[in-house]
Amino acid sequence: MFVIRTHSATRTIPGTPIFDGRAAQKGLGLNAMCYSFNSAANRAAFVANEESYMDRFALSHQQREAVRRRDVLGMIEAGGNVYYLAKLAGILGLNVQDLGALQTGMPIEEFRAGLLSHSITERSIAS
Amino acid sequence: MSEIIGAVFTSHVPGIGAAIAKGLQQDPYWKPFFDGFAPVHAFLEREKPDVAVVFYNDHGLNFFLDKMPTFAIGAAPEYRHEDEGWGIGGFKPFAGHPALSWHIIEQVVGDEFDPVTCQSMLVDHGVCVPFELCWPTAEAWPVKLVPICINTVQHPLPSPKRCLDLGRSIGRALESWPGDETIVVLGTGGLSHQLDGERAGFINVEYDKFCLRNIVSDPEALTQHDTLDIVELAGSQGVEILNWLAARGALRGSVRELAHNYHVPISNTAAATLLVENRPKVSA
Repeated sequence: MFVIRTHSATRTIPGTPIFDGRAAQKGLGLNAMCYSFNSAANRAAFVANEESYMDRFALSHQQREAVRRRDVLGMIEAGGNVYYLAKLAGILGLNVQDLGALQTGMPIEEFRAGLLSHSITERSIAS
Repeated sequence: MSEIIGAVFTSHVPGIGAAIAKGLQQDPYWKPFFDGFAPVHAFLEREKPDVAVVFYNDHGLNFFLDKMPTFAIGAAPEYRHEDEGWGIGGFKPFAGHPALSWHIIEQVVGDEFDPVTCQSMLVDHGVCVPFELCWPTAEAWPVKLVPICINTVQHPLPSPKRCLDLGRSIGRALESWPGDETIVVLGTGGLSHQLDGERAGFINVEYDKFCLRNIVSDPEALTQHDTLDIVELAGSQGVEILNWLAARGALRGSVRELAHNYHVPISNTAAATLLVENRPKVSA
């Protein structure tokens, strides 16, 4: 019996971006800008003038618009990778719960409550 | 002759590093996670390993997407942390073990793996947070570091089977190392979590329990899923279980779980700690 598998490139998982070669190519400039934020001086330069900082990394129109609007899903659609976007989020004073709330459209309290709804602590120590 | 004493598996959420810096270990939010390390501390105090071989993923500190290795092995005399963009820091530097690193590289390339070799390498929270958790009172790290970095960031990722096989190859290298060091293996990251997309906040307790139930006694069970299956089951960043699988592969002796702690949530993550003992197999 044959098992037919969906080819990975066409497989979709609802609500779940797959950061693959397509996204990596599209997002290179945006992710390069975010990678530069590992340096405090670069973070300060971005804060001082976002537009000219985006020029340095030749961001696409779509990427600039998403950054201007603080539109996290838009940044991901434009090829942003969340590990790199987290560095930008830090500049904007957003943590990963804030990012989650922005992407799911929930108020932050509701997003946190969703995480807490899984609350469990299980511990085992061998004798 | 070297001795591989076992492995510590743990989540490496950056917020844990921030909580340590603020001394929040007994805070009600953090306590159930930090308390899970008591058996780990007792084990490390008793066994006093000399070397830690750490399987982790880089989150954009040492590697950028312009050059993204599937597997990278550190072979540096020293490693350090640097600013990752949002301020956690103050992590102590690490002494490397280049001779053991190159012995591992010889073994894995002999086994037909093709890793990138790094004589200079920054290590991010994927290494630093687990070290802080394992040796919280150390003034300087009591072990030398061999970092093994696995791409869990940019698809296509290496398959679960490939990661397990890499770990097994590294386990063979550790067993054939002629030095007399005792070695502990670390696997970091996970368990289920997702930071991006409309499904951000996804946690799957059932899949996490499947991993915790099987990784010690039957790691092959985790290879029934491909990487995209794992993304679906564990969340996009839950694929860090690949680091655990590789670390598990490095234990080739007689293994036994000594302790585990599973606590949800820590930040956006289902946090887990697992301690596994490894003893030489008894030969006939």
